[in-house]
Amino acid sequence: MNETEAVPVPAPAEVEENYLSAGHTVRSWLLTTDHKRIGLLYLFSIIFFFAIAAVAAAIMRLELLTPPGDLVLSATYNKLFTLHGVIMVWFFLIPSIPNVLGNFLIPMMIGARDVAFPKLNLLSWYLFMAGGLLALHAIIVGGVDTGWTFYTPYSSRYSNTHTVEMALGIFLSGFASILTGLNFIITVHEMRAPGLTWFRLPLFIWSHYATSLILVLATPVLAITLLLMMLERIWGLGIFDPRLGGDPVLFQHLFWFYSHPAVYIMILPSMAVVSELIPCFSRKRIFGYKFIAFASMAIAVLGFVVWGHHMFVSGQSVYAGMIFSILSFIVAIPSGIKVFNWTATLHRGSISFETPMLYALGFIGLFSLGGLTGLFLAALAVDVHVTDTYFVVAHFHYIMVGGTVLAFMGGIHFWWPKITGRMYPEKLGQLAALVTFIGFNLTFFPQFVMGYLGMPRRYHAYAPEFQIYHVLSTAGATILGVGYLLPVIYLLWSLRHGKKAGANPWGATGLEWQTPSPPPVHNFAEVPRVTGEPYDYSPQEEEKKAEDDHA
Amino acid sequence: MSTEIVSKKIYFVIWASLMVLLFVTWGVAQFDLGLFNSLAALTIAIIKMLLVILYFMHVRYSSRLTWVFAGAGFLWLMIMITLTLSDYTTRGFVRPYNRVLSNWQDKNWNHLPGDKPMEPRPLP
Ligand SMILES: [Cu+2]
Repeated sequence: MNETEAVPVPAPAEVEENYLSAGHTVRSWLLTTDHKRIGLLYLFSIIFFFAIAAVAAAIMRLELLTPPGDLVLSATYNKLFTLHGVIMVWFFLIPSIPNVLGNFLIPMMIGARDVAFPKLNLLSWYLFMAGGLLALHAIIVGGVDTGWTFYTPYSSRYSNTHTVEMALGIFLSGFASILTGLNFIITVHEMRAPGLTWFRLPLFIWSHYATSLILVLATPVLAITLLLMMLERIWGLGIFDPRLGGDPVLFQHLFWFYSHPAVYIMILPSMAVVSELIPCFSRKRIFGYKFIAFASMAIAVLGFVVWGHHMFVSGQSVYAGMIFSILSFIVAIPSGIKVFNWTATLHRGSISFETPMLYALGFIGLFSLGGLTGLFLAALAVDVHVTDTYFVVAHFHYIMVGGTVLAFMGGIHFWWPKITGRMYPEKLGQLAALVTFIGFNLTFFPQFVMGYLGMPRRYHAYAPEFQIYHVLSTAGATILGVGYLLPVIYLLWSLRHGKKAGANPWGATGLEWQTPSPPPVHNFAEVPRVTGEPYDYSPQEEEKKAEDDHA
Repeated sequence: MSTEIVSKKIYFVIWASLMVLLFVTWGVAQFDLGLFNSLAALTIAIIKMLLVILYFMHVRYSSRLTWVFAGAGFLWLMIMITLTLSDYTTRGFVRPYNRVLSNWQDKNWNHLPGDKPMEPRPLP
């Protein structure tokens, strides 16, 4: 793959300023309504929050090297895992792919000049930052010890920590989510280029559309639930506290009505990225386009009817548990369809292993493992055995780190030349992808084992027989840390020293590659007209080209 | 995306009806209708909600797509309520296999007001 393959760009576009050179002042960034710049604002913000939550994880892993609680107090440990969970879930994972790559790419992929409501888009970032800084404030003034789930009545009555500020921060960032979802839905409905029918859309768009539906339908419930919790704490409202006639299990119902779909807010955009990477580096049309598109929608809908699998031991009725268990098994089907279709796309493709592809392949493997262990947890009897153990911790980290973070890294590498106009050093990229994969597995695979053996989660001291697994896990976390740091270093380096990327360094299909890198302020000199199906890769041609190059 | 221009008169009529319904809510609350307390309150609430959505939010004059999205909101609310109630209405349907736990539940679990205590079913 080299620059000579780049699709020629119409001359007038080169005259227009690109979105990065259009303004260098702080004001030009903070008051921008350009979807590309807002995407980058989100990128800087989520990396900032990721770093804070990662430090909390590092301290926890250090504490867990030895069985006694000798590094931090138990109360501090509670605050650390709450910090890690809240920041990672709401201020990194949920906005990661949709708000960075989605903001940057959705208008370009559909041939539009911006999202439908550019000012709302900026407002969404400000709400996100306000929420994030409020959460940060809650941490600085003393932290929260409820866990990211804020279960009542502990959070609403007994905890002596800053639950109200923290919940208010999440409440605010929820509005950012809703605005983003709304913006994406309307953008996809109203602003597609001429000829770009629904079934010609890239699967990236389908997945983000499904994600946006969840954002709009689920997030208000989280807002209401946290608000009720806050009001109960401040005024003793009596919704969740049994002493006031409330019901704590109701909090769990409402919370998980949002928070299970939230898992799909994190994983659907990852699937969006992977559905772009796999065909590009297999040089092949994606297998079963419509199945993948409808699977995204099915996940969005079915994701709403399975939340009770988080409550099998909460005192929920056994009958409801059985219903939720069956429904949870059903939601695995569309995810399975996707995994099979990606694998079928690889079949007989002419596969190459550039960095984004390594991340995508890693995603398929780790997501499958995470998904399959999810079936263990959806089975009532097994779940009773492993509830609140490291088995659960390992399961959701396989989905969220092995899934979302790997897809996010793959996407950042894939679109880095488009975003910055520069290539990163390929060999270092591949190395980082491998280091991440190895570090990840070493961190979390032992947690499946120790969880099954009975190691409970959220404890800072533990029985000595679990130490070997914790040592392995901490060693893996160190390697994983290197895998995260490497890209930060070489991507920053590439901004100045990277090879200049052409408009289409990967020879990829998709409208975003038909405009220069970095893209001009208004994306396209002329509104593109779409005449064909997406993913028009053909391996035969590629092979022929390779043979010609050889001769 | 409303295409028709709605006359101001309609807004005032809707507003007046909302006010009337507010007083009806208060009025109904003065009488104890037993089981029908909630039913009456909910009916009035739903009428008020429909008025706001259809007229103030212009859904009545909007495209079919808007109707689909507004309808989806209700459908999702129904999903939430139905599945949550699938827990509350069935507590005790399936009794624990463990006899000690089962007896404990019979003695200690609160039943809803008006509930008859459940007949203990024979255990396997
Ligand atoms: Cu779940």
